[in-house]
Amino acid sequence: MNIDRRDFFKVVFAGAATALTAPTAQARPPKELSPDAVGILYDATLCIGCKVCEVECKAANAMPMSHDTPLEQAHGVSGLWDSGNDLNSQNLNKIKIYANGTAEVKDRELDGYSFVKRNCMHCVDPNCVSACPVSALTKDPVTGAVTYNPEACIGCRYCQLACPFNIPKFEYDKAFPKIVKCEMCSERLAEGDIPACCDACPTGASLFGRVSDLLNEGHRRLTFQPSERQEYPVRRLDGGETRTAEVATYYPKIYGETETGGTQSLLMAAVPFEKLGLPALGDESRAQLSETIQHTLYHGMMAPTVLLGGLVYAAYRHTHEDREETSGDQDRPQDGEGRGHD
Amino acid sequence: MTEVYRPVGGRLLTRQFYFMGFLALIAGYFIIRRFIFGIGDVSHLSDGYPWGMWITYDVVTGTAIACGGYAMALLVYVFNRGQFHPIIRVALLTSVFGYTLAGISIVIDVGRYWQLYNVFLPQYANLNSVMLEVALCVTLYTLVLWIEFSPAILEAMKANRLLRQLRHVLFFFIGLGILLPTMHQSSLGSLLIIAGYKVHPLWLTNIIPLLFLITAIAMGYGMVVFESLYASVNLKRELETDMLSRIGAVIPWLLILYLVLRIGDLAMTGNLVALTRPGPEPFLFAAEMALFLFAIVTLLNRKLRERPTVLFWSALAVVLAGALYRFDAFMIAYNPGAGWHYFPGVGEMLITLGIVAIEVMAYLFFVKKTPILAMHRPHPA
Repeated sequence: MNIDRRDFFKVVFAGAATALTAPTAQARPPKELSPDAVGILYDATLCIGCKVCEVECKAANAMPMSHDTPLEQAHGVSGLWDSGNDLNSQNLNKIKIYANGTAEVKDRELDGYSFVKRNCMHCVDPNCVSACPVSALTKDPVTGAVTYNPEACIGCRYCQLACPFNIPKFEYDKAFPKIVKCEMCSERLAEGDIPACCDACPTGASLFGRVSDLLNEGHRRLTFQPSERQEYPVRRLDGGETRTAEVATYYPKIYGETETGGTQSLLMAAVPFEKLGLPALGDESRAQLSETIQHTLYHGMMAPTVLLGGLVYAAYRHTHEDREETSGDQDRPQDGEGRGHD
Repeated sequence: MTEVYRPVGGRLLTRQFYFMGFLALIAGYFIIRRFIFGIGDVSHLSDGYPWGMWITYDVVTGTAIACGGYAMALLVYVFNRGQFHPIIRVALLTSVFGYTLAGISIVIDVGRYWQLYNVFLPQYANLNSVMLEVALCVTLYTLVLWIEFSPAILEAMKANRLLRQLRHVLFFFIGLGILLPTMHQSSLGSLLIIAGYKVHPLWLTNIIPLLFLITAIAMGYGMVVFESLYASVNLKRELETDMLSRIGAVIPWLLILYLVLRIGDLAMTGNLVALTRPGPEPFLFAAEMALFLFAIVTLLNRKLRERPTVLFWSALAVVLAGALYRFDAFMIAYNPGAGWHYFPGVGEMLITLGIVAIEVMAYLFFVKKTPILAMHRPHPA
């Protein structure tokens, strides 16, 4: 097989142009936390598992009750318990439990137990916002809350694939479904209020505040000595309301400080976070990598445009017989075409 | 070009055709259920596995299988291999239906299909989204495919004036029809980059767009060869072994490039150690490699690839290898975390089966009623 030399060079040229225009694009820098970004610091060692945050979350977001059909059938009642056992399209916020062995002692990894609160992490550099083709998921430039616009959403569920925490949920049981996720009670924030879960929490386990302040508070707690008594703020960091509690042995890390480029929901616990169902993630968001690769290939649509020019030219040259065939075109057959010869 | 296209003719409503129609009707029943009772009624899709059979087969694999038109256009119009021109039209036929039905299955798969047009509205566009690129590019390419394919329909309609006008601008659509699959077939792989740890390390790589592109082109050639041999036997036509074996000869070089890139990347990133992890993934990886290697070995050997049975099985192996690669990456080796499981539901599979049946029916209709297959081809020198 001998490929026409000129054609071959054309392809090589187009390929080279594609490759050369590419490196002009820079790696996309990581997204920065807004100075006014707010978030939730959840401290599992303070949580008593009362789930009042779940109740108030449902009330604030007008969410329906979850049904557990086998449970309801067994007891012959319906609608008595709100019994979803994980985040789903009816639960934006869930207190879950880790239990090991005899589960005797709270906040202990072996033969102990721990609570954990799951809700949207409101990533600093959210994958879901990067993934959504129609900007249905957006990040508030001030508060940093990741919110959802059903008017834009096409229901492709790429956000579900992209989210490392499996947070966006979809109404698979509905004819006209939506994506459902915690939006940090954005409407309440706009009115100067705080998220319903933090407002409801009696122990300060869910604490609202500016993310930078919450991180300082978290690091303050990591310096506490186990079993000493310390002051813990309740509801909101700057609200002045506090309570005294005995310090548990913290696992020495604030989850979300660096994970996937940082998150605005932060977690502290006595048990390693992987045991609580929080994935071990790198410090860079996948959105950053995905966008870097995509924008490198499509920088200013330069490479595709150059390639299109070459391809259209090649197609033009190799279809002139088709045009002549029907119109008696004046195009003189060009020499050295090598068509159809091996 | 010297070839003349003719409808194959013959009875359309054969027993096989009715059977395909029956499969399409079953799919229709489940599609109606999906639109009344929701996606969960017919599928096993979940919050952990938001994408299943429909995306993995109908869209990601289906459009790769439908890359015949793209792959042949590369050969004929870029590398100027005019001798393959007679086969372009039938390759375009499978492409046009592969892509059109992928588009239809997207309407079934997306939750808020009545707002699908939002992807075309500038105020909603998110230029960071790989999905937006795929959506726009696949839609545009499906239109381009219909334009590229339309001469066959216009000839059947004897719309000669329109045909003449079309021939003068067709080169632009041919060029565009090579660019667009280059873009979205690679981006279909890029979709997985953002999923991170959910994709198994044997499949997750930064060069995934290149790997998806190369395999899509190879699958395109594989499908052209496979489908031509299969159709010739079933429509009782002369086998085009000579031309097909020369198309088949292109495939091993693509696959060798793919294997060097893929294994080289796994070695360089250190992800090759994932082969020693427990679980089915190393075996799935080995199965892919075995299929790719089988195709390389048989198609590199001139004596072997000129035997129709060997050519047939090798072409099928390429298609299956590329399909398994996509199934592994998107579905089988995809793991969103503890507690999630996925196996497609009955209705879900029957909808996919029905869509394949409609593709076959459309193929038979067009091959028998419109001038698709070349009657005469220039004898290769």
